[in-house]
Amino acid sequence: RISNVLLCNVTDRVSFWFVVTDSSKNATTVPGSEVEAAIRMNRNRINSAFLLSDKTLQFLKITSTLSPPVEPSTPVWLIVFGVVLCLIVAGIVFLVVSGIQKRKKKNKESTERENLEEKVEVTLENGIPCEALDLKPGHINGVFAADDERFTSL
Amino acid sequence: LSATAEIPKEDGRPKWDNKFQYILSCIGFAVGLGNVWRFPYLCQIHGGGAFLIPYFIALLFEGIPLLHLELALGQCLRKGSIGAWNSISPYLGGVGVGSWMVSVLVSLYYNTVLTWVMWYFINSFQEPLPWSVCPLNENRTGFNEECYESTAVNYFWYRKTLNITPDISESGTLQWWLILCLATCWAIVYLCTIRGIETTGKAIYVTAIFPYLVLTIFLIQGLTLPGATDGLIYLFTPNLNTLKNPRVWLDAATQIFFSLSLAFGGLIAFASYNPSKNDCEKDAVTVAIVNSMTSLYASIPVFSVLGFKATTAYWDCLDRNIISIINEFDLPEESIMRQNYTSWISFLNSSYPKKIAGLKLKSCNLQEFLDQSVSGTGLAFIVFTQAIILMPGSQAWAILFFIMLFSLGLSSMFGNIEGVFTPLLELRIIPKSAPKELLSGIICLISFLIALCFTLGSGSYWIDIFDRYAGSVPLLVIAFFEVIGVAYIYKIKRFSKDVEWMTGRKLNLYWHITWRFISPLLLLIVFMAFVTLQMQKPPSYTAWNPKYEGFPMKEEKVYPPWVQAICVLLATLPCICVPLEALFHLVKQKRRSKDSSFVSPEVFSCQGANS
Repeated sequence: RISNVLLCNVTDRVSFWFVVTDSSKNATTVPGSEVEAAIRMNRNRINSAFLLSDKTLQFLKITSTLSPPVEPSTPVWLIVFGVVLCLIVAGIVFLVVSGIQKRKKKNKESTERENLEEKVEVTLENGIPCEALDLKPGHINGVFAADDERFTSL
Repeated sequence: LSATAEIPKEDGRPKWDNKFQYILSCIGFAVGLGNVWRFPYLCQIHGGGAFLIPYFIALLFEGIPLLHLELALGQCLRKGSIGAWNSISPYLGGVGVGSWMVSVLVSLYYNTVLTWVMWYFINSFQEPLPWSVCPLNENRTGFNEECYESTAVNYFWYRKTLNITPDISESGTLQWWLILCLATCWAIVYLCTIRGIETTGKAIYVTAIFPYLVLTIFLIQGLTLPGATDGLIYLFTPNLNTLKNPRVWLDAATQIFFSLSLAFGGLIAFASYNPSKNDCEKDAVTVAIVNSMTSLYASIPVFSVLGFKATTAYWDCLDRNIISIINEFDLPEESIMRQNYTSWISFLNSSYPKKIAGLKLKSCNLQEFLDQSVSGTGLAFIVFTQAIILMPGSQAWAILFFIMLFSLGLSSMFGNIEGVFTPLLELRIIPKSAPKELLSGIICLISFLIALCFTLGSGSYWIDIFDRYAGSVPLLVIAFFEVIGVAYIYKIKRFSKDVEWMTGRKLNLYWHITWRFISPLLLLIVFMAFVTLQMQKPPSYTAWNPKYEGFPMKEEKVYPPWVQAICVLLATLPCICVPLEALFHLVKQKRRSKDSSFVSPEVFSCQGANS
């Protein structure tokens, strides 16, 4: 109703003073503290009624209650951390296992090579194993030594 | 006693897959976090473009000669730092041990810095970024007090990340989230260094090249931001008057020295895996120049972003003032804009001075915002993160930025770990039959356990101590003894013959002059100036204390005596090794000379071993 609007203190900005009356209680004004509490609780609705925000609609002396930031149930960083850690552990396990396998293969190869060399040595000696030769005390046969000299001169 | 007969040609020593891997490893070791967060800061406070003059002079007379020396040494002797210096002369064995100790100390705290980077990285996947908003207080009427008085970014760094204590003597508790990140970082280091250069050689392709990609992306993005040009002009405007201050020359010399990661033993280890006939001279010049160019290249996006941040802060300041004025004078919206702010302010000041004074407007000065210079962790975790919030698509920028920092730090860690790993491998700490993976695992595990101290509440104060005392003075001392050792004990003539044999051409006069006279002299001057400057004021630190009157300014405190003792210990322990080992060997010699059957061993020579 038009009678409820009074113009005073005209400024360049859109601003207004208002009082809230309780129609059920004989048009008495509602105390300021109650109005303040009500505005604080319903700030969002008042803002959206005017299509404004906390920054563009200012209630003097009423600071807005802030809504807490949305927090997911598990912090995001734990999830990322889990992913990173799994990748790294997988990498380490892979490298260690491949290292062990390589060493096993190398050991097997080297023992095979040793066996091969032993066989070659044995056959070269015409069936007489090296160890047997070493154990016997050797003495130089003078005849053969002389023959050797003849062979080398050729 | 012929050296040739004893040392076989194929000594089973691991080698680089190709030359590029070796160069990349050296570059990765040299290019580290300091190139991004220390060099631009020094440029800014020491007169912009004018700083490049002492920087390049230091590079020419100190950086390149020392780098060439280390690479040639490692390549010639084909051993890690301890073995190499023992071969040069048993009296100089202490130099190798000192290098090794510094590498150990630096590895411990460097990886904790990477822990912080990793923590920020995994937090960058959140929308909105956790350092962009303050948490609310208990009754939800306002923001958390500590956060509100400083900034959300500061709060996230000091409270949510470090959970810092107000004093170094209060250790606080172990922060479990940092322990998790620390374990991850050491696991990554173990993964990459598990078999020595076999694995780091592959990892370095990613960690050394990736930062350049990201820097380029940031360069392009940074130049498009508003205010970038202001930042760049501010950075590069030369102010030749600053050159009169000796502090500038000292900073240039120390920056070059620490930036090239000299005297850690890591470069010697890298070069020792090279074939003997390799042009180490060209390598040294290449690595040094690439390192300096990277510093310059990195400072462009850093300063674009800082200029953007300063401009945004300036605009925010203006906007806040404009709102107060509009509210006070009941002016319509958009009557005062940033462009006509100054004319409005002068008009209002002349007509209503009392009202304006009553508003308590903050004076907004773009120069003041640009002057707020930060280096080190402050640059990365406070200033840059704040700037990233303001960019569109901040998650992506944050993720990119922190991966870049992580790669930069990781490639430097490879060099540090190699400086620890190679000498231990040669000293046969573990039996030869045991796999290399075991030794690297032991090193990483022990380092992780010791580095747990840095995850305490007071951890970041301790990291500052390690950085200032263990990672500075001992390196200068060791480098000095390195140059003196090669130039005067091993004798330059012999060394130049070795280098000639390796590179295939005669040693330039430049190397003779720098190795013999200029570099040792420069190092001595830098060392004395550095120590004098440190001693001038009692060692103090700035603490983050929410209960301090001047909060959010940091509180200046002096180190308690027991902490000062630890500082002295950290600085002198690696240096003490050099004379101690020499003394120890002297005593051994004296005892041996009493034996008449003693024959002095032939001193090692490059050519003798490899021809």
